[in-house]
Amino acid sequence: MDFRFSQDEEQFRQDLLAFLGAELPPGWEGLGDDWNLTLATRRKLAERGWLTMHWPKEYGGQEASPLLSLIFNEEMSYHRAPGRDPFGARMLGPTLMIYGSEEQKRRFLPPVARGEAQWCQGYSEPQAGSDLASLSVRAQDRGDHFLVNGSKIWTSLAHRADWMMLLARTDPEAPKHRGISFLLVDMRSPGVETRPIINMAGSHEFNEVFFDDVEVPKVNLVGERDRGWYVAVTLLDFERSGIDHAAASRRLLDDLSAFLRDDESAALIGGARRWMWDLLAERYVEAEVARLIAYRVAWMQTGGLAPNKEASISKVFGTETFQRVADTGLKILGPLGQLTGDDPRAPLHGRFQEAWRHSFANTIAAGTSEVQRNIIAGRGLGLPRG
Amino acid sequence: MNLDLSETQQMLKAGARELLARECPYDLVRETEGDPAGFSRPLWRQMSALGWPGLAVPERYGGAGGSFMDLAVLLEETGRALAPAPLFSTAVLGALTLLDAASDPMKDDLLPRIAAGQALATLAVVEPGGGWEPQDVKLQARRDGERFVINGVKLFVPNAHASDFIITAVRTAQDAGPEEGVTLLLVPGAAEGLTPVPHRNLASDGQCEVTFDGVSAPLSAVVGRVDEGGPVLRRTLQRAAAAKAVEMVGSAEAVLDMTVDYLKQRVQFGRPVGAFQAVQHHCANMSIDLEGSRLAAYQAVWKLSQGQEAAREASTAKAWVSDACLRICSLAHQCHGAVGFTQEHNLQLHTRRARSQEQAYGDAGFHRRLLARGLAASQTP
Ligand SMILES: Cc1cc2nc3c(=O)[nH]c(=O)nc-3n(C[C@H](O)[C@H](O)[C@H](O)COP(=O)(O)OP(=O)(O)OC[C@H]3O[C@@H](n4cnc5c(N)ncnc54)[C@H](O)[C@@H]3O)c2cc1C
Repeated sequence: MDFRFSQDEEQFRQDLLAFLGAELPPGWEGLGDDWNLTLATRRKLAERGWLTMHWPKEYGGQEASPLLSLIFNEEMSYHRAPGRDPFGARMLGPTLMIYGSEEQKRRFLPPVARGEAQWCQGYSEPQAGSDLASLSVRAQDRGDHFLVNGSKIWTSLAHRADWMMLLARTDPEAPKHRGISFLLVDMRSPGVETRPIINMAGSHEFNEVFFDDVEVPKVNLVGERDRGWYVAVTLLDFERSGIDHAAASRRLLDDLSAFLRDDESAALIGGARRWMWDLLAERYVEAEVARLIAYRVAWMQTGGLAPNKEASISKVFGTETFQRVADTGLKILGPLGQLTGDDPRAPLHGRFQEAWRHSFANTIAAGTSEVQRNIIAGRGLGLPRG
Repeated sequence: MNLDLSETQQMLKAGARELLARECPYDLVRETEGDPAGFSRPLWRQMSALGWPGLAVPERYGGAGGSFMDLAVLLEETGRALAPAPLFSTAVLGALTLLDAASDPMKDDLLPRIAAGQALATLAVVEPGGGWEPQDVKLQARRDGERFVINGVKLFVPNAHASDFIITAVRTAQDAGPEEGVTLLLVPGAAEGLTPVPHRNLASDGQCEVTFDGVSAPLSAVVGRVDEGGPVLRRTLQRAAAAKAVEMVGSAEAVLDMTVDYLKQRVQFGRPVGAFQAVQHHCANMSIDLEGSRLAAYQAVWKLSQGQEAAREASTAKAWVSDACLRICSLAHQCHGAVGFTQEHNLQLHTRRARSQEQAYGDAGFHRRLLARGLAASQTP
């Protein structure tokens, strides 16, 4: 065994760190939502070929190994850097490369590689969450186009998106997994309406999207008609990784340790005490384990293996570690921990209460912890279905 | 042994639940979050009309002559409803502290007004960087003839900006023993030099930072005796911790109820998600936590209500409930899926408050350390 990265991989990490040092605003804390900065950084990442580094060269990628992508995501997450593209680069791209027509690849991939197109994922519906295959947004065949009606919910970034990956029902008579199609929808089509949903952290990240007689040209069907479920499932596997959460956890722990080591800041909460370090140590161990699990997932992918169970383990452990880290931080910060960033007494700019509020989302989004545990037990351990 | 509420207490509880279900819908809770007053005056008027502020105040001061236990029964319900009203501050922090330690003239003057809901009172203890023990009180009150002059800051004072009186823990003697040199002063909310500013916190629950800039308090404002406020403060904080724990139990119960209701009607994979064993186990864990929390909280309340020493019970209650209530909220979020993460959903109202309640009068870690210290001390012969 060898837990080290190769020289090239280490070199990439250094290049990325230098880039982040140069491009992020001085003292960047990753607080607030600055969409212009996100877009500007994304274009710069694209210029270096990093945005879609894991793609084939012909579509604007660098054929980077999963380990390089892992390093990319680890550092971006640790530095709370804006600009990554979870939908276009991490989901649409890999999917089109397997299922897309030549025309679709030529049309949709280059704008993503250039960091110019924003995609969103229109899967979940009010009545179809974990049970995604029960979705009911309808797409009726009208000759050269589909006519789409219904609504999606929890659609992250729909309010910023140019395009949506839409799962819609094309055959209501077929068994539920077999009547679904995967469509690419222009968000500016007549009949598409996006309404914001504010989350418990007080921010606008996800949305409801309504379709009222929206026409989607047939050339925007990905894969075969009624086989969209299988296109979608392939893509779901790209969604699951724990490295973001492991790195974000580590960053919070480092921030808090620095805060406690500095007598002046520590004095705000009555000084660092022994029990605080004990608790932090417990969490550091977990964050380290989460990192290693995520590394193993990437390592398996590098060897061409499908880390199905491992990806679920990584997602569950990473997100739950992040929750515990945020919780521990608030315990250590004591009464002041609850203060939000706009209160002058808020330690660390209110980051821990903010992280804690957000931490509830991660064990839900991209497959709940329970569903991940089902995967671990079922597909992973081979236990029978309940 | 009898682990049930008395018949009158059960009636009180049912009546309170009914009233709050009607008069304190979640919409009211949301509205008051953005309101600088931090609570609903109409709701407070209704509580006052029913005699809630004076429930544990003796009849000779215009109260109902009930016990701390009776008051706790109400607090479980106001906790359940997240009622934006100064009942906790006025009835627990204000009235019971005065009853415990104030001079007769002070009681004669204040308690009838408090019992009638006309005067609001609260307590200022914790300071920047400080904890919840008498020895953490550092706020200086300098003796100047027949008065004290107070300079400094108190944090997390509930409803300070609306209170007529703030019982303020100050240091009046240095280098005394840990419990000594602390004095409780009754400072009018309108005193010159006193500025309460609501904290901007994750719960938006009306806690304030209070600045004392040369605030003057006459000797007659001393609650109890000069330099001897430490033990009074300790008892007050034990009552506050126990009462806060009961309030949290009410909130946690509401969270479990709304979760179970939701899981019965939310259908995925062709059946209610509540039918899945993984989800059932979450609910089972919530229910275990709630049961333990209620017993721990009420044991502390009961002992304090009996006038017995209850340091161990109060700390046990607050240590357990602080963590358990957060665990319950976390599992509730998990069971609700994305909808529980929305601002529009009522669950987050409980969750955010659980975090601020966790800290009030000491979190789990603080109380476990008090317990550990007590254990260590009693082991030495
Ligand atoms: C921040 C955030 C961003 C999101 N972004 C998007 C997006 O961009 N696009 C998109 O399409 N969706 C998005 N989602 C939706 C997400 O995919 C769903 O929330 C998720 O699939 C869970 O569905 P649900 O919320 O309806 O919960 P439900 O499925 O209703 O689950 C409720 C509870 O039941 C449990 N449960 C359900 N089925 C089972 C089972 N078989 N076994 C055991 N337990 C079970 C769940 O684990 C959970 O505890 C987002 C969600 C969040 C929180």
